[in-house]
Amino acid sequence: MSTDLNAIYVIVARELIKFVREKGKLVSTLARPLIWLFLVGGGMSRVVSPDMGMPYMQFIFPGILGMTILFSSIFSSISIIWDKEFGFMKEMLVAPVSRFSIVVGKALSGTLVSTIQAVIILLLFPVIGLKIDAVQIPLIVFMCMGLAFCLASLGILIATFYENFESFSVIMNFIVMPMFFLSGAMYPVKTLPPALGLLTMLNPLTYGIDALKYMVFPAKGGLSLTHDFSLAVDIAVIAVCSTVFVLIAGIMFERKK
Amino acid sequence: MPIIKVENLTKHFGPVAAVDGIAFEVEKNSIFGFLGPNGAGKTTTINILCTLLSPTSGKAAIDGHDCMTRSSEVRKKIGIVFQDTTLDKELTAYENLSFHAYLYGVPKDLHKKKIDAALDFIGLYDRKDDQVKKFSGGMKRRLEVARGIIHEPAVLFLDEPTLGLDPQSRANLWEFISKLPEKSGVTVFMTTHYMEEAEICNRIAIIDKGRIIVNGTPEELKKMVGGDVIYLKTTNNKLAAEELKKTMGIGAEEKNGELFIQAVRGDACIPKLISSLADMVLSVRLQRPTLNDVFLKLTGKAIRDEAQGSGDELKDSIRSYRKKFDKK
Ligand SMILES: Nc1ncnc2c1ncn2[C@@H]1O[C@H](COP(=O)(O)OP(=O)(O)O)[C@@H](O)[C@H]1O
Ligand SMILES: [Mg+2]
Repeated sequence: MSTDLNAIYVIVARELIKFVREKGKLVSTLARPLIWLFLVGGGMSRVVSPDMGMPYMQFIFPGILGMTILFSSIFSSISIIWDKEFGFMKEMLVAPVSRFSIVVGKALSGTLVSTIQAVIILLLFPVIGLKIDAVQIPLIVFMCMGLAFCLASLGILIATFYENFESFSVIMNFIVMPMFFLSGAMYPVKTLPPALGLLTMLNPLTYGIDALKYMVFPAKGGLSLTHDFSLAVDIAVIAVCSTVFVLIAGIMFERKK
Repeated sequence: MPIIKVENLTKHFGPVAAVDGIAFEVEKNSIFGFLGPNGAGKTTTINILCTLLSPTSGKAAIDGHDCMTRSSEVRKKIGIVFQDTTLDKELTAYENLSFHAYLYGVPKDLHKKKIDAALDFIGLYDRKDDQVKKFSGGMKRRLEVARGIIHEPAVLFLDEPTLGLDPQSRANLWEFISKLPEKSGVTVFMTTHYMEEAEICNRIAIIDKGRIIVNGTPEELKKMVGGDVIYLKTTNNKLAAEELKKTMGIGAEEKNGELFIQAVRGDACIPKLISSLADMVLSVRLQRPTLNDVFLKLTGKAIRDEAQGSGDELKDSIRSYRKKFDKK
């Protein structure tokens, strides 16, 4: 057990060291949410009618946090493809540690890296005129971590099926963009036609963003357009998905050819 | 009890029998060499022994633990240097070793001491805070060997450890490896397709097309192709040959201006030759059979194929090129 904790620790430490050494990467991954928030959000707010009870840019703020987490968590699993490609994965696979600790270590690395990015975006709230109390911030950060862990484990699960970078990045783009649009990040889920609404409900990101809406707009708890599920459902779905993803990924790692 | 025991091991990749019913044992604290050309099945065998692959049939055990059913016991007992490097090139030498120490549950208070000692052992202590991408091929290889023994494994696997190294670093690495059983109490299982490197092994198995064709000590194997050959240059070859026939009963033939004599123990024979020929001898040369001769005799072909080293280097540079561009 303590070997497994050590393994998790050192896998996370390695990823953080590499994250810190690659400073350029942080800037480039932060660019995407910033563009969406200010260009898309800013532009759309002129078109969208203001009957949702708040400016559109504020409405999409939880969705932009979700987007930051989605991209950086899922794409953090690319490190698994690199580790396979450059052989480092073998160093981990022959070590006397449980395969689950490798998966959890990788998922936690993705979690930390994307939470750092989400926090940077979160701190922009005064710029868009949003009021967030100091007490809300730890809750939001905590929720970001939960969602990040869930999506990072999904990315790892997908990465276990791929050996090389090309096919992996194709499938990732194929999954990530629909996940983003079918998540309630940009519009309330309730406004979607039923078929798309069903897809949204299969998307863990939907629940993560819904939960973030509870934490970002606590006063507007009853607002019909902002919330789609109860907070308990949101958190339960994220927790169950995370567990299932980690379990399957661990089993996939254990499987030998 | 042998520390590695393999029985009737087979591994098929589709229609290809990469390993085709091999069996062997390795004694504790020895160096065992697995010798064979590219594609013979050496890496596949190592991958099965180190729990990364499961065999199609047969058994493999390390220190009494079955490699398939008791993988976690086996993983605790082994250290591996894979054919292709598995270092993290973005991390420093120290960080690579430290990662390994954590992964293998080396007690934390020993990390620094052990890592420093290992780096000192391989002569890289003053480079410990350099990123591995700045290291030469030989330095990386030595670092991997050091990493492989930091958790004090019972068996160290080395898959073509000198592939792609220049002769100087190759010689250094061999010197280093040959000291391991004594210095670290580890059994070494190594593969190579360089015959002359196999000389340091206590036992050698020659593998070709997935089958072991012979298994023995280097001396035993060489005896299979006959004894040594002595080449003599004398002031008068004809006279000398007659003299040898008369006094020692040895048949000597003349070839390219040299006398050519076959003997079982050539080194012990030379003093007698010289004393019986008195001052006719101008020069003496002893040629011992090589493992290459053994391989040639058993398979009818030479083992050598130097192209692979440069092929791997090429693969490496393509990968790092792709990494640079894809990541953006
Ligand atoms: N993952 C794999 N899939 C299909 N064939 C493989 C695989 N690994 C090895 N082989 C084949 O098995 C044979 C033995 O390969 P290998 O064990 O790598 O040989 P060696 O290490 O002695 O050069 C080769 O013919 C190789 O092409
Ligand atoms: Mg090989």
